[in-house]
Formats: sequence, C-alpha cells, structure tokens
Amino acid sequence: MGKQLIISVGREFGSGGHEIAEKLARIYDIPLLDHNLLDEIAEERGLDGERLREFDEKHKTFFGIRTVRGFSSAPEENVSLLQFDYLQKRAAKGDSFVVVGRCSEDVLREYDCMISMFILGDKQNKVERIMELFDMEESMAERFICDKDMKRRRYHNSYCEGKWGDSRNYDISINSSKLGIEGTVAVLKDYIDRRRNV
Amino acid sequence: MLAQIFAGVIFVSMFVLILTEIVERQVISCGCAVLTIVFVFGIGMHSLTAVWETLNLGSFFRSDFWYVSGSETGGSGGINWETITFIFGMMVMVEGMARVGFFRWLCMKIARLVKYRIIPLFVTFMLLSTLLSMFIDSITVILFLSAVTIELSQLLQFDPVPMILSEIFCANLGGSATMCGDPPNIIIGTSLGYSFTDFLTHTGFIAFLAFLAVLAYFYLTFRKELTEAAAHQVTDHSALPDPESTITDRKGFMISSLIFLGVVVLLVTHSMTGLTVSTIGVVAAVVTLLAAGRHAPGILKKVDYKTLFFFIGLFVVIGGLEQTGILTVMADFIGRISGGSAKLMIAIIIWLSAIASAFVDNIPFATTMIPIIKALSATYGVDLPVLAWTLAMGTDIGGSATPIGASANVVGIATAAREGHIIKWGTYCKKMVPATVIVVVMSMLIIYARYL
Repeated sequence: MGKQLIISVGREFGSGGHEIAEKLARIYDIPLLDHNLLDEIAEERGLDGERLREFDEKHKTFFGIRTVRGFSSAPEENVSLLQFDYLQKRAAKGDSFVVVGRCSEDVLREYDCMISMFILGDKQNKVERIMELFDMEESMAERFICDKDMKRRRYHNSYCEGKWGDSRNYDISINSSKLGIEGTVAVLKDYIDRRRNV
Repeated sequence: MLAQIFAGVIFVSMFVLILTEIVERQVISCGCAVLTIVFVFGIGMHSLTAVWETLNLGSFFRSDFWYVSGSETGGSGGINWETITFIFGMMVMVEGMARVGFFRWLCMKIARLVKYRIIPLFVTFMLLSTLLSMFIDSITVILFLSAVTIELSQLLQFDPVPMILSEIFCANLGGSATMCGDPPNIIIGTSLGYSFTDFLTHTGFIAFLAFLAVLAYFYLTFRKELTEAAAHQVTDHSALPDPESTITDRKGFMISSLIFLGVVVLLVTHSMTGLTVSTIGVVAAVVTLLAAGRHAPGILKKVDYKTLFFFIGLFVVIGGLEQTGILTVMADFIGRISGGSAKLMIAIIIWLSAIASAFVDNIPFATTMIPIIKALSATYGVDLPVLAWTLAMGTDIGGSATPIGASANVVGIATAAREGHIIKWGTYCKKMVPATVIVVVMSMLIIYARYL
C-alpha cells in the first residue's frame, strides 16, 4: 500500500453498502472499520466493548441530558465523539482504511486522501435483499428499512452539518440496484483509482 | 394581572427550554429577558422604572458595590452585577492558573505523595475536590481531577468511575461550604449581604460533617472495587509523569499560586476589610491579567462569557417575577402550607430545593427562591439567615443526585465517557441518590438542632 487511502462509505439500509465496503477493503487490502471500531477502541483501552456498542450510531437526545461548556452528559454523544476522535487519530497517523458510516465523510473531511461515497438503492431491491438476509415478510422488511434509515439519518444529522444522503456531501453517490453489487464495486474502484492518480 | 401572566409564562417557558436544550441556555435566558422587558415591564406594567431597577446599572456607581462599612447590605433586586463581576474575576484567575499547569500539578503531586496507592488516592482526591471547590468553580475542579483520575487509572489499571463519582459529589459538597463555592451561594450571599465567613461557619460546618459521612458512604459503596483494584495495582510507576513536568510556566506558576492565595485571604477576611466580592473579583482579574502579560488576551478569550450572559438574562426574568409580585404569592403559598412553622418551612425549602436542583439548573432556582425566603422571613418572622443556609444546602447538594443536576456532574461524566467509561443514568443515580439523601437529611437535622 503506497499513498494513504481512506474510503468513507455512507449507505441506505438494504443497499448493500456494507458488502461494497467489505469488497473495497479487500481490493485495496486495507482494514474495514464498522461496528468493530468500538471493539478496537475497547481493546486498546481495556474497556468493555459490549457496553460501548449499546450507544453505537445513536442520535443525540434532547431530554434527560445537559450540556456544559461543550461537555454533554449524553452517552450516545460521547461514544460518537470517542469514535470520531479515534478515526481522526488513525487518519492523522497515516493509516489507510475503509470506514462504514460513523459520519466519517464529515469527520475526515480535511483529509485529501479521503474518498467519500453514498450507496443508495431502489426500494424494491432493498426490500428483496432484506427479506432474504433476515428471512422476513415484505411488509416487515419495508418497515425495518424505514426504521433503520430513519435512525441513520437522525444519527448523522445530529453530528454533521450536511444532511445524510445529500449528494453534495459525498464525492460520489451511486444506486447499487442499477449495476448490482459487483458492477457498483467496479465503478467505484475505477473512480477511486482515477482519483488516486490525479 | 396581565404583567403577572406574561412574567409567569416567560419564566416557565425559560425553564422548559433550558431543560430541552434546543438552543444554548444563554440564548434562552437573554431572549426571555428581552421578552420580559417588552411584555412584562412595557406592555404589562408601562413602567420604565421597573426596567431601570431590573437592569440595576446604577449599582456600579454605589460605594457599597465596592466597599461596605456596615455588617449587612441586603443587595438590591434585578441584575446582580456583584455576582457577575465576581464570577468573571474568578474565571480569569482560574484560567490563569490552568494555563501554567497549576491544577494538573496539584493532582499529580498529591497522587505521588500517597505513593499512587488506590485507597489513599480515593480519599485524598475526595478531599482535594472538596477543598478546591470551596474557592474555585466545581467545573474546573472536576475537569482537571477527572482527567488526572482517568490518566492514573490507565497507567495503574483501575476503574476510574468510583473515584470520579465520589469526586463529583465532593465538588458539589465543597461548593456548598463557602460563599464563592457554588453560584447559588454567591447569589444568596450578595443578595442578602452575607460574608464568606458567614457561609463558612454555617454551611461550611454542615459540609464538614457531611464530608465525613460521604467519605464513609462512598468507601463502603465502592469497597469491593477499591480493594480489588488495590490488590492488582501496578507497582511500576515509571510511566507516570513527574508532577514538576506538568508545570508549563514556572514563573507564571509561582505568581498564579500567590494570586490564588491572596484571593483566598481576601475572601476569608472580606467581612473585616469591608471589600466586597466584586472588588475581590476585579482585583483577581486585573492582577492575573497583568501577571500573564502577552498571554492575557488568550486568558480573556477562554473566559466562559456564555455563563455570564446566562446569569444576566436570568436576573432580568426573575426581576420580572419580583416586580409583578408573583414571588410574594409563592412565598404566601409556602407560608400557608407550613402553617407558619419554621420547622416545616425549612423542610419544604430544603427538599423542594434539593429535588428541583436534581433536575433543573440550581442557579435559576436559587435566584427565584431568594425573594421568596425574604418574604417568608418578613411575614412569618423566621430568621432569614436560617432560611438562606437551608436554601444553599438544598440547591447545592440536590444537584448531585442526577447526571444533569449540576455542571460538575456533566463535566465529570463527559470526561469519563470520552475515554470510554460510560456512566448511565441508572448507574449514576444508584450511587449518588443515597449520598444526596444522606447529606440533605443531615443538613436538615443540623439546621433544626443548631438554629431552632
């Protein structure tokens, strides 16, 4: 691995964004950071990762919390800041990685080596994918997708200025339903390679 | 009547908005202050005098703002500029001390003195938190103490949460011991004309006994964690920083220490010298800035102006309640349900203050209660100082019960959480509510025994 490369992957639930991120990590032979990010933090500091995961990708709440001079009593906010801080430290160290979600396109914006992408999908394709993955009825899968995306949106918009899924916040937004997972990965790889050669 | 409705609605809205944190609290209080001036004083009362009295700008030009020759002044209503000036001065001084590494040095020095042993560390950090909070705002105390506790916990391999919770409680307890320890005390002291010594000999006495009780309580509560940590403690301390290395500016450190000592002496003796806390605040700020030289703009930049604006807005909103007589109605209500009994009145004030302060900011609550206890004292003949000590203990201690009750709690919890040590509502309350109840009950009984 030569030049530092950071790939930030935002995704709609059911779009296959996570699978695409995994494939890109394999292609470029760099680590994938997703929910394991908190495990890494926990291991590094001798903490209980399970306890931290309870607050992974959770949006800010407005009740039962208080903020004093920029310090918040909300665990979800502090866990988010812990992850942002960890991502920034790794990036500053010169590490290459693929990161899924975690507001990474915003948190790592200052790094020129960061390529951000948002993976979306057609509703029917997403529903079919979730029905298959989780062995669910169609209506249930629809509700599940809706709920997950709402949570991701609220989480993202709590901590970032730009809105979740808004194409202006990402270098590239792509609908994975049009070319399938492999086709999308190929397009993204081409884009990443071209960007790295600029 | 219209003015009273406006004042009541604005006041309640302010509390609700502060609780929801939709916008920052200084924006809420200043916005509500503007609404108070327009709707309460303007449309409701048609009174420019009320506006002028509430803005209270004339206080700067009164000699008793800077120097008092008598024993009791009983400050005026409206914006309490004495409080604002003092807090500003202390903020400047504390920033000056932080810049040179004073707090980190003190924590590390004490840790080394007890040879980094867990249980002595636990006891001395509780004591340090209490003592420092008597003179310095609890936010700064917890900011440094919790950061050092976490640093030590990583190097010595122990769970920092028990220590941080105990430090938070002690920071709030220490704040109750003196006039300058916690903002409600500064407001009570300057509004009712009490001195540093008055607080020290009354609330300080209660805080001292309460400290012994909470020391025993927290030790027993965390005994298992502490003894386990002590048994597996790392004995190689070579990775720990030398306390002297934490000092960033040696000359500045000496000067800051001297300024701090000087301010403590001025505070302790201010009832004898006649210097008011506003004068002491100005002296602390001016000397710190002069000593800081080229660092002075940096220090001024770090001052928490948001809190100062929050206070200003708050005083105007409470001024609206005071001018329209709503607080007298509330005082009458407390008087009636207590049947004029001092014992019952004290119980109501201390528990109401403690419970309210556990959920809402204790500063607006204490500010609201001051005119109420004044009215209660005037109507029912209960000693005003007794009600003042009751109010101070209730508001200062009640805040410890929940994660959102006091600023120190939030800062301590956030500092721990940002290092991965999550303290949830349940965990926090399970340990802190019993401690709060113990101290509130103790305070009430001591007040009964000593003053009634």
